[in-house]
Formats: sequence, C-alpha cells, structure tokens
Amino acid sequence: MTERRAFDVIGKNEMKVDGVGLVAGRPKFVDDLKLPGTLAVKILGSPHAHARIVSIDTSRAEALPGVVAVLTHKNTPGTRHTTAGQGYPEPSPYDARMFDTKVRFVGDRVAAVAAETEAIGEEALKQIRVEYEELPAVLSMDEARADGAPIIHDEKDATGIYDASRNIVADVDIDVGDVSKGFEESDVVVETECETQYAQHTPIETHLVLAYLDSDERIVLRTSTQVPFHVRRIVAYTLGIPVHRIRVIKPRVGGGFGTKQEVLLEDIPALVTLRTGRPALLHLTRAEEFTSARTRHPMRVRVKLGAMNDGSLHAIEMEGTSNTGAYGAHGLTVLANTGSKTLPLYNKAPNAHFFGQAVYTNLAVPGAYRGYGATQGYFPLETAMDELAERLGMDPIELRRKNHIRLGETSPIFEKLGEGREGVSQIVKSCELAKCIDLGAERIGWAEKRGKRIRNGSWVHGVGMSIMMQGSGIPEIDMAAATIKMNEDGSFNLLVGATDIGTGSDTILAQMAAEVLGVPLVKIVVTSSDTDMTPFDVGAYASSTTYVSGNAVVKAAKNVRGQIAAVAAELLGCEVGQVELRNEQAVGPSGSVTLERVCRRAMYEAGQFQIAATESFVPHESPPPFLANFAEVAVDETTGQIKVLHYVAAVDCGVAIHPKQAEGQVEGSIVNGLGYALHEEMIISSRGRVRNPSLFDYKIPGALDIPKIDVILVDSYEPTGPMGAKSVGEIGINGPIPTLANAIYDAVGIRLHETPFTAERVLSAMKAH
Amino acid sequence: MTITLTINGIEKKIGIAPGATLLEVLRHEGYVGVKSGCGSGDCGACAVLLNGRAVNSCLTLAVRADGASITTVEGLADGRNLHPMQKAFLDTGAVQCGYCTPGMLMSALDLLSRIPNPSDEEIREAISGNLCRCTGYVKQVEAIRAGAKAMRSERHD
Repeated sequence: MTERRAFDVIGKNEMKVDGVGLVAGRPKFVDDLKLPGTLAVKILGSPHAHARIVSIDTSRAEALPGVVAVLTHKNTPGTRHTTAGQGYPEPSPYDARMFDTKVRFVGDRVAAVAAETEAIGEEALKQIRVEYEELPAVLSMDEARADGAPIIHDEKDATGIYDASRNIVADVDIDVGDVSKGFEESDVVVETECETQYAQHTPIETHLVLAYLDSDERIVLRTSTQVPFHVRRIVAYTLGIPVHRIRVIKPRVGGGFGTKQEVLLEDIPALVTLRTGRPALLHLTRAEEFTSARTRHPMRVRVKLGAMNDGSLHAIEMEGTSNTGAYGAHGLTVLANTGSKTLPLYNKAPNAHFFGQAVYTNLAVPGAYRGYGATQGYFPLETAMDELAERLGMDPIELRRKNHIRLGETSPIFEKLGEGREGVSQIVKSCELAKCIDLGAERIGWAEKRGKRIRNGSWVHGVGMSIMMQGSGIPEIDMAAATIKMNEDGSFNLLVGATDIGTGSDTILAQMAAEVLGVPLVKIVVTSSDTDMTPFDVGAYASSTTYVSGNAVVKAAKNVRGQIAAVAAELLGCEVGQVELRNEQAVGPSGSVTLERVCRRAMYEAGQFQIAATESFVPHESPPPFLANFAEVAVDETTGQIKVLHYVAAVDCGVAIHPKQAEGQVEGSIVNGLGYALHEEMIISSRGRVRNPSLFDYKIPGALDIPKIDVILVDSYEPTGPMGAKSVGEIGINGPIPTLANAIYDAVGIRLHETPFTAERVLSAMKAH
Repeated sequence: MTITLTINGIEKKIGIAPGATLLEVLRHEGYVGVKSGCGSGDCGACAVLLNGRAVNSCLTLAVRADGASITTVEGLADGRNLHPMQKAFLDTGAVQCGYCTPGMLMSALDLLSRIPNPSDEEIREAISGNLCRCTGYVKQVEAIRAGAKAMRSERHD
C-alpha cells in the first residue's frame, strides 16, 4: 500500500485553472466561436408518440430561398447504432438510425433543415409535408410487456435487444446464496416498493454542436459533450466515414450531469457540413432539450429485507423495472447499477437477489443521469432499512452501523454484477462511513430531534437519514491516458482526454501533475479533450475522472519525473535515484539545478530529446466513496407542504484533491437531488407529449429554495487512488429522496413511495393514514 | 433600424432588425460572455446591467435599450485586473461550469448597488432569477457576501 504523505499542491484550494476566463466571460463555449457563413440547423420532431412515416415531401422546404439542405431517412445513412456514449462495444442496443421510417416518441427525429438563418430554417420545417400512419402507443411500463402490446422496435436490423417482441431491452438476474430460504430463516421481513418520475438534467447550456471543415477538409465537431472520443467513434460509424476524417473538440461545457454522455446531435451538423462544405450549428432550444434530449430512467423498484432479531440482515432482494423510453441507450447498465451500486453496501447479508427488466415505451428517452440507477435503488433500499429498524425497535443509525460494509471487507455483488455483465471482485481499502455517520448525526442533532415530533403551529419537525456508496469508474473497462511534455521554462503541458464539463477536473488533474513534478499549479498548462491533440479517455461519466484519469496523470508525471531525474543526475554528478523534484528544482545530495536548466539541456545541449510521456490507466477496481445523509424537515399538517430546514452530508471521497471543489460537487448534487425529491417532474400527456417543456413549468431549485446545507469531508486515504483520492461527482444526488422520505415519516408517520414529494401527495397520504 | 448603445463604456451605433432582442444584438456584437439558457427569462444566464439594473437580455427588445448604458461581464474587469466580485467567485469555488456565472455576477452587482451590505436572504432573493445546476448556490451566496465585503473595503480605501 502506498504510504500517505504530506502534500504541497494536493488538498489545497488552488485557483481553478480555467476560472479567470470563465468569470471574465471570455469565449470558451461552443457557441462563442462565430464562423462566417455558418448554417443554422433545425430538427423537425415527431408530433406522434408512435407512427410510421408513409411519405415525406420536402420539395417546398427545399424551394424556400435560404434553405441549403434538407435531411430525411431518404437521403441519409441508415446504419443502426446507439447514441449512448459508452466504451466499445457499447452495452446498449443498436436500435437508433440517423432518421428512421418510424417515429417512436413525441419529438423523435423526422427531418432536419440547414438554412442561412434560424428563421428560414424554422419556416422550412413548416413546409415539410409528412404523412404519418399512427400506431397504437405504449405509454407506460405496464403496457410495454402486456400481451398484444405494440412492438416499438419491430425493425429487422436492430441488434442487442433482449426481447424486442415484448419490448424488453434488457434483463438482469443475479443471485447470491438463496434468498427464499433466507427470508424463511429471518425473524423479521419488510418489503417496500418505490416509484420515481421522469426528470431532466437541465444543464443551463443546452446541447449544441458546431461543425466545420478545416483547411484540409476534415470535419471538426466543436461540441458540448462529456465523451469526445465516443462522439468521434460513433459519428464515424453512423456516417460511414473514417475516424481520421473527424476531429472532436470539447471546449468549456455548460454542465452535463449525464445528458451529454450521449451522441445526441453530432451526426446531423457533421453531415450537413460534409455535404455543403459550410459550417453548421445545431443548438437545441430549451423546449427541444425537454422533449428530445435525455432524462433519468423512471423506475419502479421493490426491496425486500430479511433480518434476525439482533438486526443482522439475512436476505436482500431487489427487483427493478426501468422505463428506457423509445430507445435503449443506457437501459441495461442503468438497471444493473441499481443493484450493483446499492447492494454491496449491506454486504453482511449472506443471501441476495437482484433482478429486473428495462422496457421500451413510446416516451421521452432516458439516458445517463448522475447517480445512474443507484439513485432509484437507494430510495426503496433506505426506506426499507428505516421500516426494518422500526419493526426491530432499533435506532435506524444502529441498524445501519451493524450492517454496512467496512474497511477490508468485500461483497459478492462486486463480482456478480458489473457494467451490464459480471463485475470485478474487490476489497474495500478505504472506508470512513462509520465516522461519516457519527459526524452527520451530531451535526443534525439526531439524539435531540429523532422521534420528538417537535411542533411549531401546524408544522411538525422530523429528522431522517440514509447512507450510500457509489463507485470510482468502471473497472477493467474504462481507460484513460494522459500526456505530459516539458517546456524550457520548467513548465509542462498536460494533455488529457479527460473531459472537464465544469466539474473542475482540469484543475485537480493539474494539481496531481504539479504534486509529482514539484512545481506550483501555474506551471501546468492543461489542454483537455481534443481528439487530435489529447490521448484517449472514455470521458466524464461513472464517477471516473478523479480516479481513472487521475491515475493516468500520476503515472505520466512519474515517468516524466524519472526522465528529469536522469538528466539532472548527469548535471549534478549523482545517481538518478538520488534526485528529488521540489520547488521547481531537481535536488541531488550535493546541489540542485532548476527544471528550466534540465529542460534546456535535454532540448539543446546533450543527448537531446523531448522530456515527455504518455501513460494509460485501466482500473482493476472501483473504490466506492461513502456518504451519510441527514435532514431535518418540517411538514405542514394542514397543507402537506414540506420545508427542508437543514441537510447534512458527510462524505468519504478519500483525499479531497481540491476540498472546495469536492464540497461543490456534493452541494450541487444534493440540490439537484432535492429538486428531484420535491418538485421536478416532466408531466406527460395521455398522448405522450411533454407538457412542461420550459424552466418556468419544470421547476428546478433556485437560490431561495435551498436549505442550510453542511457538507463534511471525512478524510480517508484510498491506497489505489491517485494521491489517495476516490470519486465524489455522483454520490450526493442519491441522498435527498430516501433521507427526506425518512424524515417525513419521523415527522408525520407517513411513508411516501412515489416521487416527487409534492404537497398534494403528502397531504393525500396524511389523509389516508 | 439603428440604435445607440453604450456598452461597457463605449458608445456604438448598431444596425438591428426591429424584433431583435438585446441578447441577440450583444452576442452578435461579440459580447459572447452574455449567455443564453432558455430564451424565456426563466434562467437569468443572459442578465446584463441596463442603466445599472439587471435585466434578462433575452426578454428585452434591443430597440427598448436605445440610448441606454449596458454592462456585460466583459466590462467588469479593469484591464487584466478582475473585479472584486469576479475574484470572490473564484476564491470561494462558486464557479463550476461557469455558464450561469456572468448572469449571477450581474444580479450580484445590481444588488450591491442598492444594498452594499446585504444579508444572505437578500443575496438569495437577488439571484433567485439566476438558475445554476452545478453549485447548489451555497458557494455563490458565500461569493457574493465576500465580494460585497471586498467592494466595501475598496470604497473605503
């Protein structure tokens, strides 16, 4: 195990490397680059949830002055592919075409227009005549698998669908021990079923792509993406052009949260540019973002727990049904994650069973969303743990303490269930969850407040808690590479495919390089995500960047450090192993030289070479971060209104490379989770149309809506992590739903099983109680 | 038609389409620090100061701003020296993706021009029209508090 040591750059709140440009409003985002002659691209979305396109007449649109190209299924490649930006081969079905002869949800692509102006493009969309044959639509998970249900993917060329004839995208079933026997042997059994809603990521910057040809006629895609290398591969495949003809540039990204782990738009402007030779910009409106970008998978998840009278868990069963909407992107893996990221938390149960299916519907298309299935799983799991504690007459904290995974332990689930296939066994090498629980309980005032139902007029107070884990990347699948090269002033270029989407990964990766190379952060110049310039990285998803990309950066920095030491040893007349790098110097036993001097020697004087290295990292495990959540709520008994008064999140993310940024990840994900728990919901009409496609009607939390939030970073050291670090990006979003549900129960004695917890829902539950 | 705007202290005569929004005009003129997040006044990413008051430029017809003085995020720094509020946003970790930051800065400066020493509640109220999906607002409130303090002490210097 790596020894823990004092750091110079790690653990410091360094200046965000891209921060000055961001606060100064400099042109950093996709749409900030204006190219003359750029065409506006607009998409015609389907008005029907399920229909066959009988005919499309684009002649009137094409005749409109200023219309340059019209794309439909008739003049575009028909290759089936997945839009899921995952590693190859993607564990998602190839069920999408650029434009299909069938539409499967309201907003599905029918045609696209490229025009001189957006207004002309919009007018042209109106001039496209489409004759549809409407088909019966599947508008709920229950209808999807019913006998005689319409088949959503009846095309012959789709691959990777579990059972298209029954609208089943994916099926997962894994067993540990024997749960039936386990429940029989248990003293107490509880069972609960929870359902989550359609919700959206709503980055403030919607999806957009600018395509143009470079001077050598290669396609450049300047795109707001989490997965530049997957974009390049999938666009090349979809359009049938070689990878080397495409360059993907990821500039600054205005938020992702998973929705930009999708190759949602890039193929269209790419094809427009290939055909016209002109730059083409496709920028979704907010309404289009709501109707045609991605959502979280709505799920129904049932959890059954069996325990002995002393509180030790004996059997856990979890059954998930996931709605993957009209296309199966991320369907299998989100469902698998619902089990794989939750059940190992309670590793003491010798019997466990996870099973479920993901089904197609003619509804908006879910994809990756921060939490990635774990969010949906923790709702019933942590609700059931609360119910179990009550049945056993135990404090909910005590029940969790007794059963949660600890340092040096493993869970058979790690090996049984992974990224839609078998997983990778691992032993937990860092875990301060017990301390997270202690600190969180103290901060919320658990002992004084739990079960007290303190009243203030019609408001009743309650406290609730939940615990959870996530992962750090996808073991034996994800790969990240980093290149570091030295410059003659003793600075370094750090080139990473790791994709900073606002998470601050450029900064923390630079901190890691600076730490190893003994230089201040300012001497690391970061370039992230340009498929021509930076080495491969899977991108920003699965809580992978700190751990996976970070390890690649540390390896590359150590390699470069070795090269520097070799040159310095010659200059200093000592052994290579005697050279250390600190304060921008190579220090030997009897003297030192500046890094500048070292680089000049390597570049110009003797044995000339470029001091540089590229290193890759594939994780062999996925160390979980841990989180204990506590909340105090007040419930108005007369109206059902809920006020969250205080939210405490104590998190173990290993060494926090940049503590403020780590806190920011947790704060942001908690507030996103609070919105999801309390009010965010896509309202869908009986014909499958999203009825609230605006930020006015789809309410996300604003500054007045947030409670007092305390994030406590609980220090641990992950020996396999870069500088002791684990992930922190996703875990926080899983907390609010179960934590608030349990706090509401503590206040007013009702169990909520459906999100969001609106006043209406709380009031009707209280009335039924 | 032509309008006159004084943008970040520089007077400009600008030819516009009659229906153009201030957001479209500013971005077309190169002030791309002004962001667009919804086009309907719900997110505040496009906020600019119009005669010192924060407005959603996506809802403001450019013609209505004829003769006005506009401040965008590009006009806050003094040369290479960041405005104390910009610096406060960086120091407190209030910037994640940075897309909402320009609008937030405008709402903060509008507030401080009226209330130099605001309470946290007043800060929250002032940025309640600026949506941020990254930060959870915790560090943004802290940034505005710190920025306000820096601006007060600057004034006393």
